[in-house]
This record gives sequence, C-alpha cells and structure tokens, in this order.
Amino acid sequence: MEKTKRDKPWLMRTYSGYASARVSNELYRTNLAKGQTGLSVAFDLPTQTGYDSDHPLARGEVGKVGVPIGNIGDMETLFEQIPLGKMNTSMTINATAAWLLSLYVAVAERQGFTPVQLEGTTQNDIIKEYLSRGTYIYPPGPSIRLITDIICYTVKNIPKWNPTNICSYHLQEAGATPVQELAYALSTAITVLDAVKESGQVNPEDFEQVVGRISFFVNAGIRFVEECCKMRAFVELWDKITRERYGVQDEKMRRFRYGVQVNSLGLTESQPENNVQRIVLEMLAVSLSKNARARAVQLPAWNEALGLPRPWDQQWALRMQQVLAFETDLLEYGDIFDGSMVIQAKVDALIKGAEEEMARVQENGGMIPAIETGYVKRQLVTSHTERMRAIERGDLQIVGLNCYKETAPSPLVSEGESSIMKVDPNAEREQIERLNAFKAQRNQAEVNAALANLAAVAKTGENIMPASIRCAHAGVTTGEWSQVLRDVFGEYRPPTGIDISLQEESPSAIVKLVRERVRSTGEELGRPLRILVGKPGLDGHSNGAEQIAVKARDVGFEIVYEGIRLTPQQIAKAALEEGVHLIGLSVLSGSHLELADEIFKELGKAGLADIPVIVGGIIPVEDERVLLSQGVAAVYTPKNIDMNTIMLDLVDIIRQSNGLQPFEQKAA
Amino acid sequence: MLARHALPDPEALAAAVAARDRAALARSLNLLDDKRPQARRAASRFLATLPGERLNTAGHLIGITGPPGAGKSSLTSALIEVWRRRQLAVGILAVDPSSPLSGGALLGDRLRMLAHDQGGSNVFIRSLACRGEFGGLSAEVWPMSLAMLAAFDIVLIETVGVGQKEIDISKMSDTTCFVAQPASGDSIQFLKAGIMEVPHILVVNKEDMGAAARKTLTELRTTLKKQIDPDGWQVPALSVSATTGSGIEKLADVIDSHRRWLTEHQLLATRRKRFQGEWILKRLREEFGRFGIEQLGGEPLLFESLTQRQGSPFDLYDSLRDQFLANWKRTT
Ligand code: B12
Ligand SMILES: Nc1nc2c(ncn2[C@@H]2O[C@H](COP(=O)(O)OP(=O)(O)O)[C@@H](O)[C@H]2O)c(=O)[nH]1
Ligand SMILES: [Mg+2]
Repeated sequence: MEKTKRDKPWLMRTYSGYASARVSNELYRTNLAKGQTGLSVAFDLPTQTGYDSDHPLARGEVGKVGVPIGNIGDMETLFEQIPLGKMNTSMTINATAAWLLSLYVAVAERQGFTPVQLEGTTQNDIIKEYLSRGTYIYPPGPSIRLITDIICYTVKNIPKWNPTNICSYHLQEAGATPVQELAYALSTAITVLDAVKESGQVNPEDFEQVVGRISFFVNAGIRFVEECCKMRAFVELWDKITRERYGVQDEKMRRFRYGVQVNSLGLTESQPENNVQRIVLEMLAVSLSKNARARAVQLPAWNEALGLPRPWDQQWALRMQQVLAFETDLLEYGDIFDGSMVIQAKVDALIKGAEEEMARVQENGGMIPAIETGYVKRQLVTSHTERMRAIERGDLQIVGLNCYKETAPSPLVSEGESSIMKVDPNAEREQIERLNAFKAQRNQAEVNAALANLAAVAKTGENIMPASIRCAHAGVTTGEWSQVLRDVFGEYRPPTGIDISLQEESPSAIVKLVRERVRSTGEELGRPLRILVGKPGLDGHSNGAEQIAVKARDVGFEIVYEGIRLTPQQIAKAALEEGVHLIGLSVLSGSHLELADEIFKELGKAGLADIPVIVGGIIPVEDERVLLSQGVAAVYTPKNIDMNTIMLDLVDIIRQSNGLQPFEQKAA
Repeated sequence: MLARHALPDPEALAAAVAARDRAALARSLNLLDDKRPQARRAASRFLATLPGERLNTAGHLIGITGPPGAGKSSLTSALIEVWRRRQLAVGILAVDPSSPLSGGALLGDRLRMLAHDQGGSNVFIRSLACRGEFGGLSAEVWPMSLAMLAAFDIVLIETVGVGQKEIDISKMSDTTCFVAQPASGDSIQFLKAGIMEVPHILVVNKEDMGAAARKTLTELRTTLKKQIDPDGWQVPALSVSATTGSGIEKLADVIDSHRRWLTEHQLLATRRKRFQGEWILKRLREEFGRFGIEQLGGEPLLFESLTQRQGSPFDLYDSLRDQFLANWKRTT
C-alpha cells in the first residue's frame, strides 16, 4: 500500500506528578518510554500557593495532587536523566510561575543548557485563578505584573517558551458556556497584552513577537459539534483582535495556538466506564478541524470523578490519543469543515455572542475591575447553577447519572474499594525531612542576599525573573520566595460570586416541600436555620460549595460562606460567632481526613462539639467509613447529584441533633 | 446533646458576656434571636441583667449605611485594622438582605470584613438577615447590639443599604456614617431635598477613583454647609479609600471625635435611652401600622412613656401588643 502523507500529530501529554520529585521522575521516564511526547507537570497545592512543606497550611496536602517542589534540589531530582534542552515541558503553575520557571532555568543551566534552548509552557494565567482555579496569592495588580515580567523575560531570553497559556479550560470547569469561555479568555488576553505594552519592557517593533508567543489552554465539552465551532470561533476572533487592536502584520503571529484538556466536569462517578466515550468524543472537537486543531492534548482518565488516576488509567487515556492519531485517517485530510454553511453559521453565532459579552466586560472597566466587583464570577456561578437545575429537572441528560441508572456490577470498580491512586502517607514527612536537610547545607548568607535583592526588585518596576533565578541558584525555598512577595504585594481574596439573583419560575413540588420544612424547623427551633459552608485547606475546588450555598439559600437557609482556603481555626471561629445549626465542609483535594480531624479539634476547643458536621467532595468509600465513625453526620460525593434530597437530609440532621423527630424515616 | 437545646441561665450568661467570654456572647446572640416564648422570657432576663451603667455610658455604637456596593464592608474591614492597632475590642453586626421568595439569605459581608485579616484578628462578627424588615436593619439588631456593647469597646452595625433614604440606623446608634458612592448623585439629591435624614459623618469612599470621588466630595460639602444635625453637631464630609487605606486613620479619628462630642454635651446617655422607644415603636408600626400606634395613644405620647419606663424591651413590647389586641377584640 502506498503511504499517504499525513500531518504531524499534536503533542501528547499526561498531566502528572505526585508524592515526591523522585517518584514523579520515574513516572515521567516511563511515560516518555510509552510514546508520550511532552511532559506536563502537576504541582501539589503548597507549591502552587507558595508554602513550604512544613508550613501549617500545607498539612495534609504535601505531595497529594501533584509533586512538591520546594527548592532547586527537588527540581534537579524531578528532571534527572531528562535533558531539558531536548524536552518540551508544560508546567501548570500560576501565582508562583516566575519561581518555578526560575528553578527550571537554573536546573537546565546546571545540566549544561542555555535558556535559549528551552521549550515549554508556564500556565501563568493568574486572572482565571480568581475566577475558577483558586491558586491566587497576590492582588490583581501585582499578579498582572508577574505575568508581564515572565512574558517580557522569555521573549528576550527563552524565545521558544510559551510564557502564558491564557485559560478558558478552567472557566468551563466552573460552569462557563462556550460564549463565556470565548469572551473571558480573550478579554484576559487583551488585559495581559495591554499590560505588556504599558510596561515598556518590550520595544514596539518586538511587540509582534510577544503576540506570537501568547498561547491558550482550552476546554472541549461533550456537545462536540458546538465545541468544534468554538475552536474555529477562537481562531477567527484572535486573528481579528491581534490585527485590529495590536496591528500585527505577520499572519503567523496572529495564529491561535492552543493546548487542550477535555472536559472533566461532566465525567461521572456513577458508571464511570462511560467516561471513556465522553473523553473520546470531546477529543474530536479539538482535532477534527485542521484549521483549528490543538497543538497539545491531555486527557483525563475514566476514573476522574473517583480520585487520582493510577499509571494504568493514564496509559489508557494516552492510548485514546494514539488510536486517533495513528490508526484513523484523520491526519490525511485538509480542513473537512471548510465551506460547511451549518458550521459557519454556528461559528458566527458564537462570535457574535462573545463580542457582546466582551463589550460588557469593557463596560465594567475591563477584566480586572469586572473580577473585583464580582461581575464575571457571578456570571459563571449563574451558568453553573443553570446547569445544575437542568440536571435536576432532567432537561440535561447525563447517562448513568440522571437517566439509564440501572447497571450490572462493574469489573472496573470492586465493591467497597476505590480504584484510584493512593499517595504514600509518608510522603509529607519525608518531604519535610528533605527540606530540612537541604536548608542545612545551603549558604545562608547567599540566601539572605538573594532574598533581599528580590524584595528590592519587587518594590521597583524591574523584571522579577533575574532576581528569582539568582534565588533559585542560592537555594531559596518556595515558601521564602513567596513570602517576600507576600510582604511586598499583600494578599487578596476575590468575590465568591454566589450573590446571584435567582429567578423563580414556579417552584416544583419538591422545592416547596423543602422550603416548608426549612421554615417550620426554624420556627420549632426558635430562629431561622443557619448553615456554614466551609472550604478548609488549600483546596480551590469551589463549585460544589458554591452550588450548595446557592441552593441552600434558595430553599430558605441563612448561609455563611467565606470562600476558599480557610484554616480550621477560621471555620470554627465563624461557626461560633454566626451561631450556625450545621457545618458543611467541602473538600476535593484529598485531604479530608486530616482536615476533618483538625476541625473537630477546633470545634471542641470552642465548645461547639455538638454542632453536626457533614463532609462533601471527592471522598473514597473507605474514607467515608472513617469519617462517619469519627462523628461526621453524613458524607456526599458527586453521585449525590440531587440537591433537593441533600437539602432534605440537612434539615433532618439539624432536627436530630436538636432532639426533634426527623421528617424522613431512614432505613438503618 | 442536652446542653444545646436547654436554654442558658440568663444571669450567668450576662455575667460571662460582661467578662468578654466569646462563647457566651455567641450564645446570648442566639438567645436574643430565639422567638420561642420561654426563650423570650430568658432573653428579657438576660437584657435586664446586663450592666446598665455600661450600656448607658460606655463603648461606642457606630452605624454604617449607604447604597449597596459603596464599600461599607470594605471600609469596616479597614477600620477594624485601625482599631486593632489601637487595641480596641471590636464587635460587628452586619445585616444582609433576605430573599423575599424563600426567606433564605447569603451572609456575605463577613468575607469582605476579613479581607485585612491575616488570621490574627480577634474581631467578633455576627451576620444577620434583614428578614423582610424595612429600613436596612432587622428586629434583632438593637437587642444584639446591647449584648455586644457589654463586651466590646466598639460595636459597629452595617446596614443592608437597600435604598439611600433609609437611615433607621441613626435612631439606634451613637454615630451614623453614611458612605457615598463616587459619581452617584442620588444621596446628594436626597440630602438637598431633605428626604434623607442627615447622618453624623459623610464619607466618600473609593477616593482612589480620582476625579469622580473629588467631585462628589465637593458637592457634598456644598450641600452640607447648611446641614447641622438637630443636636448642633456640624456634619463633616471626608473622602477615603478602603482599598488603599488612605484617609482611614482620619475617619477613625472623626468617628471618635463625635463620640467625645456626645459625652461633652451630655448627649450620649439621653441618646441611648431613646433607642428602646424607637425600637418598640418600629416593631409596633410594622405590625399594626399607623392605626395601631393611634390606638395605643399616638406616637409622641407612646414614645415619651417608653423612654420613661424601666424594664425589658421585650416585656414592654409584648404588653403593648397585648393591650392593642385586647382593645381591638373589644371593638370588633
Ligand atoms: C471542576 C474540577 C476542577 C476545576 C474547579 C473549578 C472550581 N472553581 O470549582 C478546576 C479545573 C479549576 C480544577 C483544578 C484542579 N483540580 Co480538579 N476537578 C474538577 C472535577 C472535574 C469536578 C469537580 C466539580 O466541580 N464538580 C461539580 C460539583 C457541583 O460537584 P462536587 O464538588 O463533587 O459537589 C457535589 C458533591 O460532592 C456534594 N458536595 C460537595 N461539597 C459539598 C458540601 C456540602 C456542604 C454538601 C452538603 C455537599 C457537598 O454535593 C455536590 C452536588 O452533587 C473533579 C473530578 C470530578 N469529575 O468530580 C476534579 C478533581 C476534584 N480535581 C482534582 C485535582 C487534582 C485538581 C488540581 C489540584 C490539579 C493540580 N494538581 O493542579 C487543580 C487545582 C485546584 C485547586 N486549586 O485546588 C482531583 C482531586 C484528586 C483527589 N481528591 O485525590 C479530581 C478528583 C480529578 C482527578 N481525578 O484527578 N478542578
Ligand atoms: N476602587 C475601590 N473599590 C472599592 C473600595 N472599597 C470597596 N471597593 C469595591 O466596591 C465593591 C463593594 O464593596 P463592599 O464593601 O462589598 O460594599 P458594600 O455593599 O457597601 O458593603 C467591591 O468590589 C470592593 O472591592 C475602594 O476604596 N476603592
Ligand atoms: Mg456589605
């Protein structure tokens, strides 16, 4: 058979990292041996939020959802036997991106490469952290400055680097519609490019280069035809913006370059094998159009909603990409949608919607003011609430979750046990030991001088990168670097967006019933029922907490919700001062056991041991048993999609803890 | 388990609150919120046991009002920071809107008020839903402010801020600050037209917005030239920024100077004694309308007698309520 000419496939990655630099390094080398063509590093939450492994806020989180990188020693181990001058590495890092990039450069230098040779990506979109991803540290102003500094530094010194990946991915994961994804990602890109221009760090004649280095990180949901059109809309809009707003002449510099992780929000805990179909269909959205094809793809695993994937789960996801790229004929054709009127009509509609929403952002003063006033976040929470209501009504069908629920036992998930990756419980202790050993052998005078220099640079407008690279070589830690900037820039908490107005169509019978029970129980107890929704730890997954809070208000509860990243002490303090009837914790980062334990201790100290506590989130079955035995009143996971049932439960839990007869008689 | 639904002993609770026991204060606020008859009786005894001298002469009860989004909570956060540096114990009552559909509420001010809190703050915040009340307050605010006054140097009440005219808070606080939003002429119009009661201090927030804030301040100052409050206090207007912190120390000083002015003119205790009458009148008005007030002898007379009478506000209110209902039954 004659060999047809095929396009080069996209970069294939798996988002991974856990426990320690050593363990993750082994994983990366195995993955590369399996045909993966680039690396995608997942960092743990302390690293992403700028805390050392021994910080009180890091307890329970070290090495859980990613690799802990505390200093240049860890970074060297992470890339041992992986020549950085020949690798393409994507790092999902934002608030501390300048620091992790500095460590990467420093390690490459120690391996004998120069910055010019490096290729890869730092996510470095701190704007969407305020809206969805939650690993922000500093206020918006300084965050924009950090993004800008990385862009300006890399354009000059690491020309093949993608300094920022403007993300719409996380917006869809927080409920955004395709139009919102387009509008907010492009508004963010404009904010960033304007800031670079204004910083004066780049000569006007080099500005085209900057525009050409901006890349995007996009989502693809299950409505794959519309998603396919969304990618085409991105391409058209970016071409227009870069031409009209920034006057970019070179067509190549106007190209919409993007990487993808497909939708995970729609992946279910119930009948998890169905996730495989979903993932494959979603992958089509970003690969079918040659003119709007992804440059890099990473796929979630079938057990996404159960917990962290094991190497085999990730291998399966990688194989999906390989089958599409190497077995099918996809890469043999030109653009198969060019000339389709149906597709173009949808693309045009998306473009129109996006331009209107971008104009509204501008009316709000641009992306930053629209974040500070809570405008954008409220739009996202509203969209997500609509999605949840549609699932509740059955208008949005999710197979295995709200329809076709009957199933034979699955051989993939054995009874009473979770089919997920378990991180070695000793990882945290060992990481702290390594940190202490590292600190003991470094030159303290050099560290102090590098930190003093960093602080001085942070206070002026000078680029942060050279000072940070100096810190990297000197042996500064992640916590130290971040703390210097915390001292100079301050910290920030964005609006939660849950103060949306709820439109009332005629409430369903079940909603009426819940409201009546909430009201009458409040009367029996003398005052309206109050709930505290708390997000302890470094976990940034706010969707569940937001939706529970919105729903609970809608059925008549008074709600206290203070946003993400609270300490157990802060939660206990709020519970006491606000006189709540119930505390609902939401934890998706895997540190629920440690955090529940600490919160019980704090509640005990505050004399609140009798307030019922419930826990929701990603809780493996065996941990659910532990939590219940420790006194947690109930545990909810993604399979408990029916919010009305949850609300009825909450009323009964409050009733029982106050000596009232519950409404429902639960079978024991 | 039992401890939770058994009512606390009111006398012991009052003593613990006066000793600044935070858990006791929290419990007393729950009690003051509790509408069950036996709880109301306990709450009455609790209020009667609080140190009366303190409630009449000590502490500073500050009201902060203004349109939604003007920055009341942010400003409170910035003030907390100043007061903490001055080593003052602070309690906050923050009122949020309730949903008219479900009665549910999102108590969201707390988040902003802790914006300056890096974990070390000891400020005590209780949020309240307005629960259908007009005037930006809820019925529970005033009794709760008494419990807080027994425990803290400064008690600040943030109102809902539903409309610029509603300034009920000035009837239940020593010092009322009105926070204006730059470039929104409404409050100025209301002031000029005399629809809005004059607050004690006018604050233009968001000074960092530049020209708009300066313009609003100038307009307010011109309007204010003619505004002196009934007691003779000349109302100051100043601009601040909760975000950058500019003007906040000054604002704290001005707030404090009004408190001093009240004591120097022997007005503090008289002012506070009026709160009870105002509170009961408002309850009666909301329940029975103007008709009810007339039935009970008319506003001036009623107010006069309420200010004179000793005893728990709950008892006074309940007895007037019974009196009205008895009259009404007889006439129908
Ligand atoms: C959406 C999502 C995101 C979004 C979050 C957006 C946001 N603002 O919330 C984004 C893209 C930002 C994100 C990022 C990350 N994610 Co994520 N994410 C998810 C995903 C796909 C869905 C979670 C979700 O929002 N579901 C919708 C809401 C409504 O459901 P829910 O929270 O489960 O809530 C329901 C119940 O659990 C329960 N409930 C939950 N809380 C509460 C509270 C109360 C009081 C009550 C009554 C009930 C209740 O009721 C709700 C209604 O049914 C899950 C996988 C999955 N499919 O579940 C992974 C997942 C949670 N993410 C994961 C990880 C690792 C991350 C990262 C940490 C990766 C990294 N290393 O950087 C980052 C960083 C995030 C951070 N700062 O912490 C892991 C966690 C692994 C673990 N626990 O061991 C998961 C499980 C994916 C996986 N298999 O790897 N993620
Ligand atoms: N630019 C600026 N914005 C402010 C200032 N104070 C508050 N804000 C913003 O105004 C909005 C409303 O603030 P908030 O305190 O919640 O107002 P409230 O409704 O009056 O309590 C928020 O987005 C704040 O970030 C300020 O001094 N300057
Ligand atoms: Mg407020």
